[in-house]
Amino acid sequence: MGQTITEKILARHSGKDDARAGDIVMCKVDLAMANDVTAPPAIKAFSKMGTERVWDRSKVALVASHFVPAKDIASARLMTHMRKFALEQDIEHFFEVGRGGIEHVLLPEEGLVAPGDVIIGADSHSCTYGALGCFSTGVGSTDLAAVLAMGEIWLRVPHSMKIVYDGVPAPWIVGKDMILAVIAQIGDDGASYMAMEHVGEALAHLSMDSRLTLSNMAIEAGAKSGIVTPDAVTTAYVRERQAVMGRPRDFEVPVSDADAEYESEVRLDTSSMEPMVARPSLPSRSVPVSEIGRVRVDQVFIGSCTNAKIEDLRIAAYVLGDEKLAKNIRLMVTPATQRVWQQANAEGLLDRFAAAGASVSTPTCGACLGAHMGVLGPGEVCVSTSNRNYVGRMGDRTAEVYLTNPAVAMATAVAGELVHPEEIRAAPPLRQGALVA
Amino acid sequence: MPRAWKYGDNVDTDVIIPARYLTTSDETELAEHALEDLDPTFAAEVMKGDVVIAGDNFGCGSSREHAPLALRGAGVSAVVARSFARIFFRNAINTGLTILVCPEAVDAIESGAEIRVDPATGTIEDLTGGRSFRSEPLPDSVRDIVDAGGLVPWVRNRMAVTR
Repeated sequence: MGQTITEKILARHSGKDDARAGDIVMCKVDLAMANDVTAPPAIKAFSKMGTERVWDRSKVALVASHFVPAKDIASARLMTHMRKFALEQDIEHFFEVGRGGIEHVLLPEEGLVAPGDVIIGADSHSCTYGALGCFSTGVGSTDLAAVLAMGEIWLRVPHSMKIVYDGVPAPWIVGKDMILAVIAQIGDDGASYMAMEHVGEALAHLSMDSRLTLSNMAIEAGAKSGIVTPDAVTTAYVRERQAVMGRPRDFEVPVSDADAEYESEVRLDTSSMEPMVARPSLPSRSVPVSEIGRVRVDQVFIGSCTNAKIEDLRIAAYVLGDEKLAKNIRLMVTPATQRVWQQANAEGLLDRFAAAGASVSTPTCGACLGAHMGVLGPGEVCVSTSNRNYVGRMGDRTAEVYLTNPAVAMATAVAGELVHPEEIRAAPPLRQGALVA
Repeated sequence: MPRAWKYGDNVDTDVIIPARYLTTSDETELAEHALEDLDPTFAAEVMKGDVVIAGDNFGCGSSREHAPLALRGAGVSAVVARSFARIFFRNAINTGLTILVCPEAVDAIESGAEIRVDPATGTIEDLTGGRSFRSEPLPDSVRDIVDAGGLVPWVRNRMAVTR
């Protein structure tokens, strides 16, 4: 019996020839990540583990992302704690405010992620990196502290769910719609403890930005990880990022064996899809946009690790055109990283958003988790490109959140209510990279 | 006598402890807001030793370790669920919050019931309903961490051996 890509990666990192779903392995880690919320408790736990120094200063990333720029004095203290540790330990990949952004977009951009790696992050959306063909998963702070101390982590090798995306994606369909459709099909714990292995001909039409979104929301189905088989798109992206960042590093390109064993299989015909909308208050409550009916909206948020990459901002700007925002809508645009912000600025996108009446901000997780920069009040309704629409997630417990792709979000901001982007603009002619014009 | 607080499926970490309170990891401070967005009465009325009963996928969502800390700080002695989301499961084990998987107990126990949980044996007694349940045993590798007193002492022991 053959092995899945996930079994192969975990076997290789635990010094075994063979690892099978269900095995418990001690696994060497290539990159450990924490942010301003999860690092401080991790640092406290680390200090009690009987070692002074992290196992490898070149394999740790500490990222200011959640409550930054500091939203209050307590948040400033969290950053002080993380910064002090980063400097004391001489952590190589410490990303200060203004020099990084949201970790799940940042680390691939920095050339720190390669196919075949094992990445452990103290943030649930650490499953995102699997878009590059590595194993990556989210853990809590104490688990992360153990990795900082030992460079290893115990893991149960997950069973894999094969998700086959057929066809050429229909107009407007991006990674966000595909993953929402999958979660609607399997449920919020439909892939519990599993690796979601994304395959199929449609993936050849997905840019790396869109693949990152696909893998990002594995956690919303309860999965341990998400992974996209590395192909030409992956290799080109990783080589380019490594070259730009001056971090060349060899990597292998693992693939699942033809006779690998899967727990289950899900298929999706992407050629007949419509943009998806997740209704409050679970991601699994996703339906095609045409089934959504009339929804009054107060705020639109284009941001988060899920959908605030350059592809997302380009498609949003395309839908916006020269229109103004609807009077009843406030729009927050929060680019995912400093580099995305600069690129969007260079392309004139930020100015177009601002001219239309949007609030355009510096990178932060901010509004996505109801921290700052766009918290919802009682009874308010938000259309968001983020990943979670749980009760209270973005603010008051009576506020409601609908999750969509960036085109639907911007169309909503222009129309003043939740609409199909087609009602604002004809579909863009390009596929790969959505709008790479 | 400890009482049961019963909730449904998909109790996510955002409702266990909303992100607006994550500026501290002190469990006493977190406890004041435990389950606030799901049940505004919980934090004020929960008593030391009480047990949370829930459906599938308890603790889904964010990796915040503040979630098991908030429950522990509030005095919750155990969470009994049909199933747990994996990051919450690890976080609870690592920080010493007792979690038990027992669908039969979840189905049978009513909110407010008097209840007694023995973490060592995995026994859950419903004193109101007059029934007793046994939870699914933890895998050996996980049991080792619990027996060590959590992940911090487990790592400390391991580091001492490998040095």
